[in-house]
Amino acid sequence: MYETTYHRASSVDEAAALFAKGKEAKYLAGGQTLLPVMKQRLASPSDVIDLAKIKDMVGCSGTTSGIQIKAATTHYDVSQDATVRKAIPALCALASQIGDPAVRHRGTIGGSLANNDPAADYPAAVLALNATIKTNKRTIAADDFFQGLFSTALEDGEIITAVDFPVVDKAGYAKFPHPASRFALTGVFVARMPDGDVRVAATGASQNGVMRVGPIEAALKANWSASAIDSVTISADGLLNDIHGTADYRANLIKVMAQRAVQAAG
Amino acid sequence: MGVEGIGASVVRKEDRRFITGKGRYVDDIKLVGMTHAHFIRSPHAHAKIKGIDSSEAMKMPGVIAVLTGQQIVDDKIGNLICGWAITSKDGSPMKMGAWPAMAPETVRFVGQAVAVVIAETKNQARDAAEAVVVNYEELPAVADVKAAIAPGAPQLHPEAPGNIIYDWQLGDEAAVKAAFAKAANVVSLDLTNNRLVPNAMEPRAAIADYDAAEEHFTLYTTSQNPHVARLVLSAFYNVAPEHKLRVIAPDVGGGFGSKIYIYPEEMVALWASKKVGRPVKWTGDRTESFLTDAHGRDHITHAEMAFDKDNKILGLRVKTHANFGAYMSLFSSAVPTYLYATLLSGQYVIPAIYAEVMAVYTNTTPVDAYRGAGRPEASYLLERMMETAARQLNVDPAELRKKNFITTFPYQTPVIMTYDAGDFNASIDAAMKAIDYAGFPARKAKAKSEGKLRGIGVSCYIEACGIAPSKAVGSLGAGVGLWESAEIRVNPVGTIEVLTGTHSHGQSHETTFCQLIAERLGVPISQVSIVHGDTDKVQFGMGTYGSRSIAVGGTAIVKAMEKIESKAKKIAAHALEASENDIVIENGEFKVTGTDKSIALPMVALAAYTAHNLPDGMEPGLKETAFYDPTNFTFPAGAYICEVEVDAATGKTSFVNFVAADDFGRLINPMVVEGQVHGGLAQGIGQALLEHAVYNENGQPVTASFMDYTMPRADDLPSFQVQHTTTLCPSNPLGVKGCGEAGAIGASAAVINAITDAIGNNKLEMPATPDRVWHAIHG
Amino acid sequence: MSTVKLTVNGKAVSAEVEDRTLLVHLLRDHLNLTGTHVGCDTSQCGACVVHIDGQAVKSCTVLAAQAAGSSVTTIEGIAKGDELHPMQAAFRDNHGLQCGFCTPGMIMSAIDIVHRHSGQLDEATVRHELEGNICRCTGYHNIVKAVLDAAGRMKVAQAAE
Repeated sequence: MYETTYHRASSVDEAAALFAKGKEAKYLAGGQTLLPVMKQRLASPSDVIDLAKIKDMVGCSGTTSGIQIKAATTHYDVSQDATVRKAIPALCALASQIGDPAVRHRGTIGGSLANNDPAADYPAAVLALNATIKTNKRTIAADDFFQGLFSTALEDGEIITAVDFPVVDKAGYAKFPHPASRFALTGVFVARMPDGDVRVAATGASQNGVMRVGPIEAALKANWSASAIDSVTISADGLLNDIHGTADYRANLIKVMAQRAVQAAG
Repeated sequence: MGVEGIGASVVRKEDRRFITGKGRYVDDIKLVGMTHAHFIRSPHAHAKIKGIDSSEAMKMPGVIAVLTGQQIVDDKIGNLICGWAITSKDGSPMKMGAWPAMAPETVRFVGQAVAVVIAETKNQARDAAEAVVVNYEELPAVADVKAAIAPGAPQLHPEAPGNIIYDWQLGDEAAVKAAFAKAANVVSLDLTNNRLVPNAMEPRAAIADYDAAEEHFTLYTTSQNPHVARLVLSAFYNVAPEHKLRVIAPDVGGGFGSKIYIYPEEMVALWASKKVGRPVKWTGDRTESFLTDAHGRDHITHAEMAFDKDNKILGLRVKTHANFGAYMSLFSSAVPTYLYATLLSGQYVIPAIYAEVMAVYTNTTPVDAYRGAGRPEASYLLERMMETAARQLNVDPAELRKKNFITTFPYQTPVIMTYDAGDFNASIDAAMKAIDYAGFPARKAKAKSEGKLRGIGVSCYIEACGIAPSKAVGSLGAGVGLWESAEIRVNPVGTIEVLTGTHSHGQSHETTFCQLIAERLGVPISQVSIVHGDTDKVQFGMGTYGSRSIAVGGTAIVKAMEKIESKAKKIAAHALEASENDIVIENGEFKVTGTDKSIALPMVALAAYTAHNLPDGMEPGLKETAFYDPTNFTFPAGAYICEVEVDAATGKTSFVNFVAADDFGRLINPMVVEGQVHGGLAQGIGQALLEHAVYNENGQPVTASFMDYTMPRADDLPSFQVQHTTTLCPSNPLGVKGCGEAGAIGASAAVINAITDAIGNNKLEMPATPDRVWHAIHG
Repeated sequence: MSTVKLTVNGKAVSAEVEDRTLLVHLLRDHLNLTGTHVGCDTSQCGACVVHIDGQAVKSCTVLAAQAAGSSVTTIEGIAKGDELHPMQAAFRDNHGLQCGFCTPGMIMSAIDIVHRHSGQLDEATVRHELEGNICRCTGYHNIVKAVLDAAGRMKVAQAAE
């Protein structure tokens, strides 16, 4: 790791101010992505600004329209949270499958979303659930937030403070883990909204990161059942192709994981 | 068997320090004034070094030196060696390219060291390494073994035209041709034995400390064989004469073969320590393990087996291409030859065998012995062959094996080995019973009715361990003898130190070797210490690999104990005024048989050291040394059967059951033996399902971290049912055979046989990843 | 350079370290607590697992500065004098270790697993929960046995307290 300067922020405003002062600053939440990248010397921030101890950025709560997860809440805390479990149990299930137990004790939802790893789990949930990302400057709709591999709508220095999830009728997540890294080789999140709309998002599969899966959304909108996906064809075009999964295999996994997610959703 | 003697599952003496965080591994050691090394490694698979500019790096904080490959050559440090000479079919010697510790002119694999930075801290060394400018001229590279021998392929070494190291043969070609001519059926098979990375959990490390006043070096290193390391560093690399070089291998965190070899980093650390006049420490990171630890396996094989009309095997023909990587590692040449082709008879009567092995250079990390070393490749080939044959001949795979088993011993195979003892029916019967083989068709049918794919796979392996005798291996080209040594010191108060030339890096020697003493001399294991891993303390020994430690090292201890007993009996007889022939040893007491007269071992020891009342002419003291050279290999064998279920939708395999029935001869500590089997099985299953070191066509590694190379984890594996059948090894007094590699040798074929049975498609290569299995199911 | 103050194995400690220093290096290089190991460089092997404020974390993926003000427990801090922690004893009694290198991290993860599951563990759960700890020696068979054994011992020990 290159030398850097560590700052611990006590408020969002302080964090933003520290960022503005740094030459090439980065925010550090749980550090479970940033620190491995820094260890490999693939990132060399002049300053790292620790957000994890900002009290306003931690916790889960009910809102008028659903639930809110503050950005520095760890995966473990989300997986155990009673409010989240009652409203969207699939989110708890997803959080409990990220990384491994030690990673879940540190990693945060905000860090995961800001990084937008193409094989991360949370982006699938946020996109399928049509969540809203709140930052220190604005709110961003999920459909606008994810902009390809490791790329988001966040501006330089902008901090995710929370994610608002609307109440949904049904939701489920199924993940086929990458054998080595245990990220998602393909993970699919399915959600049915109270108005009957269906949103489906897949992670780990596409060369462009998390994506909506239109054909499956249409099939499920017509008939919310695993068997409704049987006849869907997923194109392998644009899907990742590597030693752990060819593009056609990943196309198959999108279908199979979607079916299992529907079964999990009930 | 006493509570601590042979056959007792004694908990391990060494555990307390490991479970309390008090183990002492190389990286835990700090010396006063210690500096830190960081290697600059080639990012190219094949390139000329046009220049190295370290001027900027030298200005950076904490930097003491930047040393290059040319300096190593200038200082006349020797090239790395390969210690086993192989002769090609045409009588020519193997073609070995030069391997300097750091490349002066040409790099031939990604990760090869070209220079080293020595600095005050590890971070400073790494920071400065980025400021060293190495100017490369890239050359065309080749990673695939078949591509490397094709006309026009990039050439690695001028010494080896066509990239061919040797083209070797074993067996009787004419006899095999005749056997195939009269065959009723011929079964053929093409398969790949995938390249693996050993990945001991402790990365390699070295600390070199040069004492200028004494002109003496101390090297702390992660070695399975510190004496061999000293010998090679001294005799071949000109680092220092043996008496001026102390090699210490303290606690070592796993080896699996990868820590047998003397790597460039240790040599460079020693050399650099003298150059900078301070201790130099290097600790590899995992990426360096992937790039520079000797890899394992990597064969491509075509094989054919001939059967008569009664399904008896008539002959076997094997042609293997072995990928050696860019240089010949220390024992690389022996692995696909004398550790592979000599095991091609397996557990079967095969009247005629002919094997050809071509060893080939590629622009990849060097390949050498990894847990099993040659024997997993032989076993995988044969057991896939038997399964394929059973399916083709439409007979039960277990029955086909039984029909062809060797049942009388000793048995001379057509490929050098003389099997001394075994009962292959006993092992397979035990395994079949444990897994309820007879009930499998019903289980498969039930699974099918539930939409699931169920399969069963058998693998019957035999291996040769405790490689020996020295005279025989010498005649086959080995550069060393493969005996072992032991010294037993009975101290004046009766406590005992056993100095062994083997080295424990997980094998539990500190417990099992004590059990040998407890069994024979009746001394509690708490009063016995095992000393190993330090060339200044221990007499020359050959180290630990090839499942040799109990069969060879343990026997050396027994031989030394015999000498101790002999002298102690004389002392006891003298003290008790009895005839030496009337002295018997029971529970640590030297008794005059038929009387109540006795003297305890501590009193005998005290008498030996006070020397007040010894028989006339006897030397004082009670300390004996033995060097033991075995008369034959040992032949552990067994049967593994696994039952799997494959998820047709994802191609993912899960285990229903995994049964092992091994014959290791006498077990010293069954708990430890079973632990060795579990670990071996995990590595065999890892090879079958998960692990694969992949290079792209340009020689760039694709799987150089745990993010891409799939290590077996707890949820990839089942619990194992391990059991034992026993035929004693006749060639050593303990009747032991060795258990360290069996699991890794036998498991992979059982897994692939089970999966191919489940999916009804025999064409499936290792590792059987979900992606590959799914394609094999769905086309 | 910063001064990092924290509690390690119950003792207040302070160290002057570069900001880039990882917690594992603070422990190993500055505090000589070398029981915590480094087995990989991609935050996967788990040889470095320690507890921060009671939770298992990978000390190779935490800056020392991030742990300032926290209470860290390492493998050296779990026995009560000569009395082994039940998890340590279970690893020994079940032969849950061979070379010992992954063992400290395994034990620290395993204690965390038992705590989080309140002693309600089965084999499949233990195997799944050990996802972040790699062992090359044991095939996990005896590690799983040890964790299940220790879960029972820890329950008994807790009941006794």
